[in-house]
Amino acid sequence: MSVLHLRRVDGLLTVQDMGRPGHLASGLSRGGAMDRLALIEAAALLGANAPLAAIEMAGAGGIFETDQPMRIALTGAPMTATLDDAPLRWHASHLILPGQSLRIGGVQAGSYGYLTPAGGMATEEWLGSRSAHLSIGILAPLSPCNLPVGDDPEPDRPSQLIEPVRRFNGGTIRVIDGPQTGLFGDEVLAGFHETTFIRSDRGNRQGVRFDAERNFTSDLAAGLASDLIGPGDLQMTGDGVPFVLMAECQTIGGYPRIGTVIPADLPIAAQAAPGAKLRFQRLPLDEADRLWQTETRQIQTAAAACRPLVRDPALMPDLLAYQLIGGVTAGRELEDQ
Amino acid sequence: MSRETLQDTEPRVLWAGMDGVLLRFALTPEPAAMAAAQRLAADLEDRTPDGVIEIAPGLVSVLLRFDPAKTARTVLAEELLTRAQRIRQRAQDIPDPARRWTIPVAFGEEYGPQLDEVAQAVGCRPEDAIRQICDADLRVLVIGFAPGQPYIGLLPEEWNLPRQSGLTPEVPAGAIVVAVRQIVMFGAASATGWRQVGRAAFRSFRPRQDTPMPLKAGDAIRFEQAPGPEIEALEQAGDLSGGAKLKVLR
Repeated sequence: MSVLHLRRVDGLLTVQDMGRPGHLASGLSRGGAMDRLALIEAAALLGANAPLAAIEMAGAGGIFETDQPMRIALTGAPMTATLDDAPLRWHASHLILPGQSLRIGGVQAGSYGYLTPAGGMATEEWLGSRSAHLSIGILAPLSPCNLPVGDDPEPDRPSQLIEPVRRFNGGTIRVIDGPQTGLFGDEVLAGFHETTFIRSDRGNRQGVRFDAERNFTSDLAAGLASDLIGPGDLQMTGDGVPFVLMAECQTIGGYPRIGTVIPADLPIAAQAAPGAKLRFQRLPLDEADRLWQTETRQIQTAAAACRPLVRDPALMPDLLAYQLIGGVTAGRELEDQ
Repeated sequence: MSRETLQDTEPRVLWAGMDGVLLRFALTPEPAAMAAAQRLAADLEDRTPDGVIEIAPGLVSVLLRFDPAKTARTVLAEELLTRAQRIRQRAQDIPDPARRWTIPVAFGEEYGPQLDEVAQAVGCRPEDAIRQICDADLRVLVIGFAPGQPYIGLLPEEWNLPRQSGLTPEVPAGAIVVAVRQIVMFGAASATGWRQVGRAAFRSFRPRQDTPMPLKAGDAIRFEQAPGPEIEALEQAGDLSGGAKLKVLR
C-alpha cells in the first residue's frame, strides 16, 4: 500500500471505478466513472487486465505528491499537466517520484479527466465499489487528504502513450431503439435524428441536457406508467427536450425515452462540454451488437493503440543536460523511464 | 417498431439496451398489469433463466439484464413471453407475499398535515381514512426515485386521487404521502406533488447498515397507527427500523 497526497483540489474530484451494478431492484443505479472508456484506456496504459479505481476530475485537477515511486495514467479529457514545472503528456502513463509535484490544471477539451495509479485507488468501498455516488451522499467529493493506493504489480513497466478514441468535442452519437421508441411518431423520430443539438450547461453525474431549435414530444407521454431507466437512455422531458441519462441516474422514470445511446458512444455524451455540437444517429440493433465488446476485449483493443512514451525533445527544459551524441551511451535517456 | 397505443394490453417483449430485455404488460398503470408484473418477477426469481444477471421489477414491467456471452436476447424474449402469457391467462390477483413488514405510522396533525384534505377527497372522515390505509392489503409495487424508496399499493378505488398541481416544497424523511391509489414512504426529505397523511420513523435507505435497502418489491406492508411522540422518540433514538417488524412468510 502506498499513499497519494492530494495537496490541493481545483475541480470536482471523486474516486470512481466501474460502479456497482446489480441493484436496480433496490432503486440504485450503477454509478461509476462518467467516461468509462477513460478507465479502460488507463488500464491499457498501465498494463492492467481490469479497470482500476481512479480519481475523476471534473473541470480541473489539483496538486498531487507521493512518498514512493508511483506509476500513474492520465486519461479522459485532456488537462494541462506538469511534473515539477515540466509539461507531461496527457493520454499517457508516467512515473512520479517522491518529492515531485504533479499539477493538473484546467480541462482543454471535454469535461472529465482521470488520474489512475497503477495499483488502483484503495479508498473506502460501499456495496463492492469505491465510486462516490454524489446524488445520494455516498462517499463524498475529495478535499486535500492522503489517499491510500494499492500496490503496483509491475513497477518497472515503461511509460506508454495511447492514441485515445476521439470523444472530447461532441460529434455523432449512435443510438439504438429502446422500449419506448415506438411511442414517438415517425416524423418526430426522423426529425430527432436529423437535428444538431448543443450540449446545454445543465448537466451532472445524473444526466446531461441537449438543446435544439425544436422539441420532440410523444402524444402518449401523459398517463404512462413509470418504467425502468438506465445510463445512456435518451429521456424526453414534458417539453420534449432530451437528457442523456448518466452514471447516477434514477432507476425508474415517467418521461418517455426516444432511444438509448450505445455504450461505445456514451463517453462522447459524457465528455461533451457546454456548447459542443452533437447529432444522434439511429443504429440498427444488430450493428450495435457487432460493436459491443466485453471489458477485457475493450482493454485489449486499447492496448493495441498504445506505444512506448518517448520524451519529446521540444518539451524537455533540461535538454542540454542530456548526452545527445549517439554511441556514447545506450541512448535510453530520451525514454521516460 | 410499430406505433403503440396506451390501450395495448398484450404483453410485449422489448429490447432494452445491449444487455437488457423488458417484458411490459401495459403502458399505463392498470391494476391487472401491476399484479401480472409482480407475478412475473416472483416467477423469475424462483426459476431464473440461464445467463440472467439481474431481475428488476418495474410497475407494469420486468427488466432482465443478461450476459451476452452466456445467452441471447431472442432466447430470453421467447421465455419471457411464454411465462407472461401464462400469467396473463390466470387469475389477476397479486401473488402471496414472501415477507410482511408492520410499520408504525403517526397520522394527521403535524405528522400528516394533509390528512383531512385527503379524507375529504376520498369521501370519508379522517379516522376512516386512517383505518382504510391500515386495513389495506398492500405490497411494495416497485422501488425507485431514490435507493430503497418504496411505491406501495394499491389503496381502494376511492383513493385514485390526482397529484397536487403545485409541489409541497419539503416533506421530511419518513413522510407517508398518497396519490393515484399509491403510497410513497420517503427515504429522505424531498419536494413532492403527493399529499402527506403521516410519518414513519422507518428509513428505507440505511447506507451504513449491511442491508442498506431493506425493502423488496413484492414485500407486504401493513401500516399500524402509532402516537406521534412514539415516532419522534424512535427518530431521536436513531433507530432506522422505526419500530417495524419483519415476518418471513415463506
